[in-house]
Amino acid sequence: MLAASLAGVMLGGAGAQAATEIQWWHAMSGPLGEKLEKIASDFNASQSEYKIVPVFKGSYPEAMTGAIAAFRAKQNPALVQVFEVGTATMMAAKGAVYPVYKLMAEQNEPFDTKTYLPAVTGYYSDTQGNMLSFPFNSSTTILYYNKDLFKKAGLDPNTPPKTWPELEEMAKKLQASGTACGFTTQWPSWVNVENLSAWHNVAIGTKQNGMGGLDTQLTISNPLVQSHWEKLAEWQKTKIFDYGGRQAKADPKFFSGECGMSIGSSAARAAILANAKFDLGYGMMPYWPQVKGAPQNSIIGGASLWVLTGRPQAEYKGLAKFFTYLSKPEVQAWWHEQTGYLPITPAAYDFAKAEGFYAKNPGADISILQMTLNPPTENSKGLRFGSFAQIRDVIEEELEATLAGQKSAKAALDAAQERGNTLLRAFEKANQ
Amino acid sequence: MQAKRATFPNRLLPYLLLAPQLAVTFVFFIWPALEALTGSVFTEDAFGLSKQFVGLENFAALFQDSAYLEAVGVTFLFSGAVATLSLGLGLLLALAAEKTGKLAGLYRTLLIWPYAVAPAVAAVMFWFMFDPSVGIAARGLKALGITWNHFLDGRQALLLVILAATWKQVSYNLLFFYAGLRAIPRPLIEAAAIDGAGPFRRFTAIVFPLLAPTTFFLLVVNVTYAFFDTFGVIHATTGGGPGRATTTLVYKVFKDGFEGLDLGASSAQSVVLLAIVAGLTVIQFRHIERKVHY
Repeated sequence: MLAASLAGVMLGGAGAQAATEIQWWHAMSGPLGEKLEKIASDFNASQSEYKIVPVFKGSYPEAMTGAIAAFRAKQNPALVQVFEVGTATMMAAKGAVYPVYKLMAEQNEPFDTKTYLPAVTGYYSDTQGNMLSFPFNSSTTILYYNKDLFKKAGLDPNTPPKTWPELEEMAKKLQASGTACGFTTQWPSWVNVENLSAWHNVAIGTKQNGMGGLDTQLTISNPLVQSHWEKLAEWQKTKIFDYGGRQAKADPKFFSGECGMSIGSSAARAAILANAKFDLGYGMMPYWPQVKGAPQNSIIGGASLWVLTGRPQAEYKGLAKFFTYLSKPEVQAWWHEQTGYLPITPAAYDFAKAEGFYAKNPGADISILQMTLNPPTENSKGLRFGSFAQIRDVIEEELEATLAGQKSAKAALDAAQERGNTLLRAFEKANQ
Repeated sequence: MQAKRATFPNRLLPYLLLAPQLAVTFVFFIWPALEALTGSVFTEDAFGLSKQFVGLENFAALFQDSAYLEAVGVTFLFSGAVATLSLGLGLLLALAAEKTGKLAGLYRTLLIWPYAVAPAVAAVMFWFMFDPSVGIAARGLKALGITWNHFLDGRQALLLVILAATWKQVSYNLLFFYAGLRAIPRPLIEAAAIDGAGPFRRFTAIVFPLLAPTTFFLLVVNVTYAFFDTFGVIHATTGGGPGRATTTLVYKVFKDGFEGLDLGASSAQSVVLLAIVAGLTVIQFRHIERKVHY
């Protein structure tokens, strides 16, 4: 055995210098995970000095908390994928995080944040405009609808509803033709609070939705969200809207044709196409026509890549090269086309357009058109709140209480706002 | 009770023999408990980069948090229901399994099966059966005129996790009750039968009192199970919702600590949970054990 391992060492030494391995912890399962691994292996094949090793670590919270626990034990990977609501936690961890703009400058790799969509860079940059993490998979919420059911209801299958009142009318017609429910939504808080607010240019927190500092306060108990939740609760009674659970748990309702429409992540596209036996239509999120300035633009969700400190220098050099590779329009466009995530640079969008991707896949560009409908305002460039994973839970708990008829929309939102602010103060204190 | 005194030739030997178990207890139980105790008086950022002593503030915050008090209520309701149901069903099935028949062996084996199923798997199975859109049980209920939607109805969600957690535990109880029943001397029961006692009277006057040690042991185990080990069942199905309808104390410790990364609050919660379960166990030993005859 000794001889064999010695021979192995000598063989390794005789060949080209071994590539530096760089661990990349991520949370992409199923088809998305396969696409991610393809990106890593393509990068590895493009050069011989570095080898990116993707490691699947479970759900978004599991990947993030796993990396943090590993950091505390000084066993962390160099690169970890963190979902957007973890952004504030990562940003506050000065000393644990190697900001991407700094990494690129110190490793002499070209990096121009202006080549990215402003709505994306804004989300991951500090107040001075320095990009702290690398945007990887960004999505936004769009409307999906079942064209077959639309036809059955006598609706035009090529005209999705533009406003909420239109959606209500169409839902009623769907129901009259035998469809059990009008619409459902994925990610209840992301759709019915965060994106709803950005789309109507309404703030959900002070200090530019928390981007201006840790001493931010939530302002979700406002007339827009209240009236929207009141409507949802009213619709729930007759199944014009039917709640299907948190995260993507509502999917079966749409896949099975129980609901005719669904509002969810643009990255759900691949899964819907794989599961649905009907003709799929796409539309922008509906808006309330009485709100001035609506529709504004929607905000992103998804995840970005964070570099953690404490690894050998060679790994950081390799990561900088990897980020340069990831920024290439053809790589970005491939990822966008395969997954439904946004093309995060205009160059990638143009690339996909030039390839004829949107002509072949009508509706696949709805997400980017919606994101870039108007230049982002302070209320629509994103949000950054500490402990936001918990705050989202609080919001969804209160929404569930509203829909179940236990609380009025106002009482629920007041409670969510108060409980959320308590969490914000605790976060502020822990990260002074 | 007569205690036998074991004698060892060497004074050190008994300690050496105990050492492996003590080491395990220290590493997996005492050390983490001490960590929780120290963690509960600090607030700390997620990465452990800064830490400040806050005294009992974490505890004070807990008891001002209505969500926490609600979780206490949910936990007692949930644990009470799981312990009662799984003990009752376990005893019933054990009584039935004791009757000898042709297929008694097969019957007993099948009854013990659920215990081998991982909690998360058991829970997901219930989740599928009761899925409001596609679940077979939910459709059956619909046919009976009952609308089942545990995505929104908190009471139904709680009922669902109680059922799943109970289903998991019944086999374990059955096993012990069955062994307990077999240990009851036949002549006692036969004598009672000759004296004219019917099956119900025989059960209340002889069988149940003689099962008391088993029942007591199982009560302690089941309460501990319901408090701590049902995490998997809840996590795999409701995730604590809808609202906070199925957020028990141990689930909240997980959510705040592992998902929210609020280590101070989470540690304080585990300390309180530890105190509650220790308290319950003391009460059980003080007041119920007295009525148990070995």
